[in-house]
Amino acid sequence: MSIAVAGTAALELAGIRKRFGRLQVLDGVDAVLANGRVTAIVGPNAAGKSTLIKCVLGLVRPDEGRIRVLGEPIGDDPAYRTRIGYMPQGAPFPENLTGREILRMLKGLRGESATDEELIHRFNLGSELAKPIRTLSGGTRQKLNAVVAFLFRPAVVILDEPTAGLDPLASGILKEKIQEAVEQGTTVVLTSHIMSEIEELATEVIFLVEGRVHFQGTMEQLRRTTGEQRLERAVARLMRARVA
Amino acid sequence: MSAAARLLRYQLRDVIRSRWLVVYALLFLVLTDALFRFGGSGSRVILSLTNVVLALIPLVSIVFGTMYLYNAREFIELMLTQPVGRRSLFAGLYGGLAVPLSAAFAVGVGVPFAIHGGIAGQAAGFAMLIGSGVLLTLVFTALAVLVALRFQDRAMGLGAAILIWLFAAVLYDGLLLLLVAWFRDYPLESPVLVATLLNPVDLGRVLLLLQFDLSALLGYTGAVFERFFGSGTGTWVSLAALSLWVMLPLAGGLRMFRRKDW
Repeated sequence: MSIAVAGTAALELAGIRKRFGRLQVLDGVDAVLANGRVTAIVGPNAAGKSTLIKCVLGLVRPDEGRIRVLGEPIGDDPAYRTRIGYMPQGAPFPENLTGREILRMLKGLRGESATDEELIHRFNLGSELAKPIRTLSGGTRQKLNAVVAFLFRPAVVILDEPTAGLDPLASGILKEKIQEAVEQGTTVVLTSHIMSEIEELATEVIFLVEGRVHFQGTMEQLRRTTGEQRLERAVARLMRARVA
Repeated sequence: MSAAARLLRYQLRDVIRSRWLVVYALLFLVLTDALFRFGGSGSRVILSLTNVVLALIPLVSIVFGTMYLYNAREFIELMLTQPVGRRSLFAGLYGGLAVPLSAAFAVGVGVPFAIHGGIAGQAAGFAMLIGSGVLLTLVFTALAVLVALRFQDRAMGLGAAILIWLFAAVLYDGLLLLLVAWFRDYPLESPVLVATLLNPVDLGRVLLLLQFDLSALLGYTGAVFERFFGSGTGTWVSLAALSLWVMLPLAGGLRMFRRKDW
């Protein structure tokens, strides 16, 4: 399933609005994410990055707007989620289950046995999978989180702060995995606070401020627009331009 | 196997592992067994169990249920990122909660009855005891779902759960009596009748005690109920009302669950 139909966009977002109480978290987001690319969603804290991702996954219901995943509009039918792998922030897994039980449960739920468990070996997770989640360190949880995201060879992988809590070795392994997946045609969506990581992985950037897209384009375009070579400076310049 | 059935299986395994459920079943087991050893006959045991069932089942169902759902938050989020519909997930969550709680009660009470031969001769009463216990479990786990969805904060949710129990199982009958005393110059049969239908615990009490023709134990609401409907119709009316008490909160819960943002 990882080879997607060429030409169509992986994700299309049109006019996404979401309000939580008095807070307008997403204020009309329009974006098109090309197939087989790595798109980074960047922006200050509380810009709506996670909410936007959750809208794509159906965890949050937008008040307005339309979302297409691989060309199909999403609605009540959850089937489209077979094609998405998701790494949520903070690895929220049921505390009393072991990693192995979670993996078995997900496989049973999908009725799929052809899974990609290579990351388990690369992370050397074997023995940790027998322990209940509540006894695992944040880093180990995050490794399991990555395993789950890539488990069913999804066409689209959405990673929310993927390397948070990972040691340099583990985060290197994960980045390698992301790059391999992209070479095989997987579309990757990524948020991160680490700009060097985005520079390393992403080719496209969406800059989100206060629930609106303020820049969308390739890394190259961002550099040209801002006149900065380093992403960190380019983003800082965009943010300052916002304030001014 | 459908997604809902698979989810139910995982939920069941998770709930059954919980120590609280075992304690709950053992409590009924020990209590029922003791009542048989001290008291003797099946009908007396059923009557003695009535008040325990009416107080304990709602309390445990709503408190255990609410806490369970707060603890299942991560599980719910994980499932929602998978190709699982919200309707299936809701069915799995509710079933995974209501089925083991009902089973723990039925087994805890049923085993001593079987051992002491209390079912023979008291089949209808025993069936009604199990039936109303299970119905009350279904009602109060459905209310637990509502509470857990309504309150984001678990301390608030727990408080609300306990308040609902306190109101339904303890305060309601007393308040009703007070009202009756204040308005004793007016015809109160129909308001009291309606009031009984509005409280699942009262319905459970009526259902059980109508089997034994013991108006004295029915409480005020039950007595009015029996005089109005008689035992036969009264049983059916209260069964129907209790079923509504399961379905309405569940329908509301499903509606909230489908709209909720995670």
